Amino acid sequence: MSKIAKAFQNGKAFIPFITCGDPDLETTAAAVRAMAQNGADLIELGIPFSDPTAEGPVIQAANIRALSGGADTDKIFDFVRDLRADVTVPLVFMTYANVVFSYGAEKFISICREIGIDGLILPDIPFEEKEEFSGICRRYDVALISLIAPTSANRIGMIAREAEGFIYLVSSLGVTGVRSEITTDLGAIVKVIRENTDIPCAIGFGISTPAQAKQMAEIADGAIVGSAIVRLLEQYGREAPAHIGEYVRTMKEAVSTEAPLN
Amino acid sequence: MTNPNGRFGIHGGQYIPETLMNAVIELEKAYNHYKNDPAFNRELTELFNEYANRPSRLYYAARMTKDLGGAKIYLKREDLNHTGAHKINNVLGQALLAKKMGKTRLIAETGAGQHGVATATAAALLDMECVVFMGEEDTIRQALNVYRMRLLGAEVVAVKSGTRTLKDAVSEAMREWTNRISDTHYCLGSVMGPHPFPTIVRDFQAVISKEIKAQMLEKEGRLPDAVIACVGGGSNAIGSFYHFIGDRDVRLIGCEAAGRGIDTFETAATISTGRLGIFHGMKSYFCQDKHGQIAPVYSISAGLDYPGVGPEHAYLHDIGRAEYVAITDDEAVNAFEYLSKTEGIIPAIESAHAVAYAMKLAPTLDADKIIVITISGRGDKDCAAIARYRGENIDE
Repeated sequence: MSKIAKAFQNGKAFIPFITCGDPDLETTAAAVRAMAQNGADLIELGIPFSDPTAEGPVIQAANIRALSGGADTDKIFDFVRDLRADVTVPLVFMTYANVVFSYGAEKFISICREIGIDGLILPDIPFEEKEEFSGICRRYDVALISLIAPTSANRIGMIAREAEGFIYLVSSLGVTGVRSEITTDLGAIVKVIRENTDIPCAIGFGISTPAQAKQMAEIADGAIVGSAIVRLLEQYGREAPAHIGEYVRTMKEAVSTEAPLN
Repeated sequence: MTNPNGRFGIHGGQYIPETLMNAVIELEKAYNHYKNDPAFNRELTELFNEYANRPSRLYYAARMTKDLGGAKIYLKREDLNHTGAHKINNVLGQALLAKKMGKTRLIAETGAGQHGVATATAAALLDMECVVFMGEEDTIRQALNVYRMRLLGAEVVAVKSGTRTLKDAVSEAMREWTNRISDTHYCLGSVMGPHPFPTIVRDFQAVISKEIKAQMLEKEGRLPDAVIACVGGGSNAIGSFYHFIGDRDVRLIGCEAAGRGIDTFETAATISTGRLGIFHGMKSYFCQDKHGQIAPVYSISAGLDYPGVGPEHAYLHDIGRAEYVAITDDEAVNAFEYLSKTEGIIPAIESAHAVAYAMKLAPTLDADKIIVITISGRGDKDCAAIARYRGENIDE
């Protein structure tokens, strides 16, 4: 069983996201350890990009803070190497195609394998362009995660059949960011996904409260949260890891519990 | 020049979020249908001719020719189009296509404001809603165009992210499109972005070279020796080049914005200083650092101030069919003043980059050679900025 598959063996999965180097890599390391200790099943590590076109204002600002703090691809590789001395939870990178392409896709992905990165999420690589990266990912056993959106419609089956690791189901139209309400008929999309693949499916975009996370986890196999965590960094800066740990514990409890939340 | 996956050699493609994939597929299907539809083409030609003032003139610049003392110089007067630039060609095509697709709302990015004004104009004409994204920095540089867009009924959103210029306006328009697809068409302003945009925009702009060819044959009985146009994303250049690509004796020359020089960081000359990358939906050349972070670019011209170049230009560069040269702010400003004084034509500062290269090239060629310069837009919008460049403060 792959490490990503194991992340979905501990009940419904809770998957937090953090931008590496926001505001510095020491803070990110402390936050990742706090997430792992408080029940995160898989952690998405964002490599900052100058122009993150799929992100809302909160994560855009985190990218700017991280880049101004001096984070770059090589430093982030070293940071993951250090983390892996004690952190065993599955880790995936989330970044934009140009970060991987400009580094050299083969070199980038082979280093992922070497330092213990289990998967790669590239929001600007749709099904039609994935072959450029997926062949290399398969060779190095790094899962290239597929995204499915509310507008995917007739494309869901095609994407699901070739998906690896887990499927990232985008809850809503638009960019990342906290939403008060998610109106997409996600149940119907998950049904089509299930008809086409056995790999797990986690829902992200717009989730911030325990009630939302629980609702999403009931529909799928897990919930992904980014902007709500990045907001804690925005608010508490280097003091954020303790708050992030507490938040992750609450969210993992919410997705795990069978009983309705009150 | 394009294969079914929207590739120009290794360039192009569709590097966009899954959320947008069905939208670009729907657009491609609609375009493939309407581009061969006689009624659509009649309607578009009617708009071009009756509304936008096409065909634009191919004007023999006698004084400039005499003064430079070399090749004969013709100016393709896209500045005489309605709204004052070539942008209207693409916008009328896309807006009409969007209307046929049942869309009721146009969104667009703009740099100098010319594409925004053209989109707002088409939206007014075709009774569509319009929102234009413009970098905050550019709303200051081009305040008059902001007012024109609002006058035409468009909403102008000042983009405060990143460098607050054209690339950030594109990013924000893409974000807005992922947020609202069903009733909205993203009217992209240049030959860039994901397939099918580079092909659609080129086809609508190709009217420029189609006319140059016919007008040149009529006036001179032969093809020109060189066609020169400025390149940001590259829409007026590809439009000026397209029908000459097969005519190997016609030199095609694109003029990029060197800003303060290609040996400085304050430049926007992508082909001269950039390298292969993936951004804004396409694979092409981009100004970027060694980690793939897109570089903040600079040019006096808001319309050329973009860190990438359209994929077909990247391809024409790769195969050596077109040449790309870099023109500094200083050279462009000199050309802006030169054309004004010599021919009584104030060119857009973007177009002045093409004029500047022609001023270098013409004297090196014999008098029996012919150069065509595309004057992509008029320069009224730039007067205040050029005055400032010369140390004079004037109120707009």
